Amino acid sequence: MINLAARDILHAWGKFVFTGIGLGLLIGVTLIMAGVYRGMVDDAKVLLDNSGADLWVVQKDTLGPYAESSSIYDDAWRGIRAMPGVAQAVNVTYLTMQVRRGEEDVRCMVSGIAVGGPGTPGWPPWLVAGRHLTRGHYEAVADIATGCRIGDRLRIRRNHYTVVGLTRRMVSSNGDPMVFIPLKDAQEAQFLKDNDAIRQQRRRTAENPIYDRPGIPNLVDEVIAAQSFNPFVNAVLVQIDPNSHPEEVADKIRRWKRLTVYTRAQMENILVGKLIATSARQIGMFLVILAVVSAAIVAFIIYTLTLGKIREIAVLKLIGTRNTTIAAMILQQAVTLGLIGFVVGRIAATFGAPYFPKHVLLVPRDSFAGLLAVILICILSSIVAIRAALKVDPAEAVGG
Amino acid sequence: MTGKGIGIQGLKKRYGRGDTAVDALKGVDMDVAPGEVVGLIGPSGSGKSTLLKCLGAVIEPTAGTMRLGAEIIYDDGWKVKDIRALRRDRIGFVFQAPYLIPFLDVTDNVALPSMLAGTANAEARRRALELLEALDVAHRARAMPSQLSGGEQQRVAIARGLVNRPPVILADEPTAPLDSERALAVIRILNEMAGKFETAVIVVTHDEKIIPTFKRIYHIRDGVTYEEQGQGRGFE
Ligand SMILES: Nc1ncnc2c1ncn2[C@@H]1O[C@H](COP(=O)(O)OP(=O)(O)OP(=O)(O)O)[C@@H](O)[C@H]1O
Ligand SMILES: [Mg+2]
Repeated sequence: MINLAARDILHAWGKFVFTGIGLGLLIGVTLIMAGVYRGMVDDAKVLLDNSGADLWVVQKDTLGPYAESSSIYDDAWRGIRAMPGVAQAVNVTYLTMQVRRGEEDVRCMVSGIAVGGPGTPGWPPWLVAGRHLTRGHYEAVADIATGCRIGDRLRIRRNHYTVVGLTRRMVSSNGDPMVFIPLKDAQEAQFLKDNDAIRQQRRRTAENPIYDRPGIPNLVDEVIAAQSFNPFVNAVLVQIDPNSHPEEVADKIRRWKRLTVYTRAQMENILVGKLIATSARQIGMFLVILAVVSAAIVAFIIYTLTLGKIREIAVLKLIGTRNTTIAAMILQQAVTLGLIGFVVGRIAATFGAPYFPKHVLLVPRDSFAGLLAVILICILSSIVAIRAALKVDPAEAVGG
Repeated sequence: MTGKGIGIQGLKKRYGRGDTAVDALKGVDMDVAPGEVVGLIGPSGSGKSTLLKCLGAVIEPTAGTMRLGAEIIYDDGWKVKDIRALRRDRIGFVFQAPYLIPFLDVTDNVALPSMLAGTANAEARRRALELLEALDVAHRARAMPSQLSGGEQQRVAIARGLVNRPPVILADEPTAPLDSERALAVIRILNEMAGKFETAVIVVTHDEKIIPTFKRIYHIRDGVTYEEQGQGRGFE
């Protein structure tokens, strides 16, 4: 027996190829959507990996420092450092903001890193160019995705920073490139108000009768000084001794310091399960919509192709073709269309992904799942056409 | 004339039921010997196509008997289990339009019923080529149907009808789209094939040019048949 589906496809290959390409672009978009989600998860993991921390110590009862704001005193690290099992405890700040580079704004996550060197938690583990921060002020290491080059000048709030080093794939969980600056500068940047605001705050403080006490002549000045200084950081990154257990150390810090502590697994849960959960649902919605649209297209095309063959189908039935043979023919055509679409889509996704602004991570497992979904959709959407074909009466071939 | 050919007695067919029922066949009697080509003529709506459909097991009659070769296939109900196989193996159809499968080449169009019956592809194609040769279209064996002339297509359709060597060929206005020369050619071929393969052939037609070729003609009017001796000129 010859394969009727294959013969029909070869005969009408133009229809199949062009429909397949159209379907393929749709599948390509679907794969990229899945890739965007994978990219977001990957960004989150990269952020956690690159921070070099085993534990994150944050403000009590917050999901900080990435998913919620968190602030703790910048001397808390000393006590944490002294706890058993802790190898390193380092202050860190994170601030997502628009950084001015030349004439344009770049959305970045500015991270303040404590004095140290590569290997210190919070520090970029490696550079693609330039050197690490060496001076205490006004130097920056920027991710290459900011578009910065060595020697560029960045403006963060009112201060200017010189880019001395470049990193790659140092991103926030939103995919924004990171810029590293000295901790002190970052603390100031987080706190720094514009001149008007400062002047206004000073005036309010000076006018406040509470601070105008006889016998304490410098009280107002002291208060103003205290107000213009930021004693907070967002988190303390902790590295533990190789032979202690993260959960045990975390427990001790929780108990003794009355702070919230997250392990690596908990942090990943927060980022993937909470921070990007909405985006993931949104992408899920898009995937469903795209699947429905693809199904509608396949169903429509296969149905139209089948309606165009009603007479041939009647003849096939008249000369004794089994219903299963006819159904198999339509099914094979639908699946072929899906396979063409998938191949085109996979290729389109591979070549298209680098042009997307977000990090797109095409995972073989997603492609495989996509392939199964495409085949399933094709099978389901050929049902309408198969039903129409099975209803054809062989008497139609005989005519009147 | 028992044992071979076709025999029909008191065949009735009613379409629909109740008020809208149509009695298309009201008691048809017909006998066709193997190797014989008979004409079936009658006005429009008289039941010609209905008769062919019943005999071709495409629709179910309402009452009567039908014999195919030595076997009673219908006696107030089908006596054959696999109607589809009956159609495939023992009935050859030729229609007004050739209705070839557009995505198969000429050889495979002809070989298809044989393949469907379970013959190996190569053997089915060999049989097809043999018939195409007999019908003088072997030189177009690798062409697609759309590349053939109307007459060639009709001959390919006849070859397809013959490939399983059915004892019966049912032709519904096979010459309608053809000019008189081609129409006569088709009838000649049907006669040749009938003689060669011992096939009983029924040709429904309106075509004045071919009516004189039949030795025997059945007239059908209002669902009832009348037999008539034809001129039976033949082709000499
Ligand atoms: N499927 C059907 N349902 C109801 N009535 C039908 C059906 N098919 C045919 N008829 C009726 O049965 C009668 C015989 O029809 P049939 O098609 O056999 O005529 P015919 O002799 O082939 O006519 P023509 O020469 O026009 O092809 C007609 O009255 C027709 O209206
Ligand atoms: Mg008719």
